[in-house]
Amino acid sequence: MNSTPESSGGRPSIPPDMAFDPSRFGKFMMKHGHTGFIGMHYRDHGSNWVELGLPWREDLVGDPETGVLASGPIISLLDNATSMSVWALRGAFRPQVTLDLRVDYVRAATPGKAIVAWAECYQLKQSMAFVRGIAHDGDIADPVAHAAGIFIQVEAEGWARAPESPTSRPSPTSGTEA
Amino acid sequence: MTQLTDRLPPYARAMGMRIEGLLDGSPLLVMDFSDRAMGRPGYLHGGAIAGLLEIAAIMALHAELGEEDSRVRIKPVNISVEYLRGGVTVETFARGQVIRAGRRIANVRAEAWQTDRDKPLASCWMNFLLKPKV
Repeated sequence: MNSTPESSGGRPSIPPDMAFDPSRFGKFMMKHGHTGFIGMHYRDHGSNWVELGLPWREDLVGDPETGVLASGPIISLLDNATSMSVWALRGAFRPQVTLDLRVDYVRAATPGKAIVAWAECYQLKQSMAFVRGIAHDGDIADPVAHAAGIFIQVEAEGWARAPESPTSRPSPTSGTEA
Repeated sequence: MTQLTDRLPPYARAMGMRIEGLLDGSPLLVMDFSDRAMGRPGYLHGGAIAGLLEIAAIMALHAELGEEDSRVRIKPVNISVEYLRGGVTVETFARGQVIRAGRRIANVRAEAWQTDRDKPLASCWMNFLLKPKV
């Protein structure tokens, strides 16, 4: 049923300062990596906001007794929606990483319902972007989760990298790096 | 430990997470690297790291509650994640630590790391509501 490619090769990297088109980026996102696996997709955007969706799926459930989605995919959705809202406001793609993200789970997501995340960049500085977002399952006035976070701008160099080949297994308890 | 492994939800299994015994008294979570966890090329997705931290926190709480665990339902109230460095395409470990488990609220911290436990990728705190099962 799920045709997520396990290979991580062949992903084009995005040049910095490329004009940002959320709907095009959304199509790319749908096919690759974590966002592709959980079925994240583009819905809409404005000058400083982006709306993304995520279907309910049995293998993304966090509580098998109730069928409620795990919070992990909801954080991923809010992470991407808030991140893309920065590029929407900037009008261009620039490499950035999440500094911190706080999510309040207002209520459990309704089993079987798709999740929608609406997020905006409410303050854009030279090196930091302040974002907030809401996740809901059909009615934004009855949210599932609220998010607030900060992204920091980073150098394009090293932002993306070629996946490394699997090496020997790290030890979970090693205290120093070789 | 078998019992705790049984409590890993479908999401955790789908993401390739498993429990590999105890580390300093708390369950040690391991997530295999796969394309399912990848964000920007060559790095783990922040949401996948947060998802692993949450599962580590939840499993630490299940372990801490002991016999009480079967009588309560634990509901995540909130999480705050700090991202400290990028996660690369290797296995990721995570461990939760229960700071306080009271009658109604539990506070848990968790950390995730890869090759060096002293260089965490991310850390978080979470609050949980503990509700008696009816």
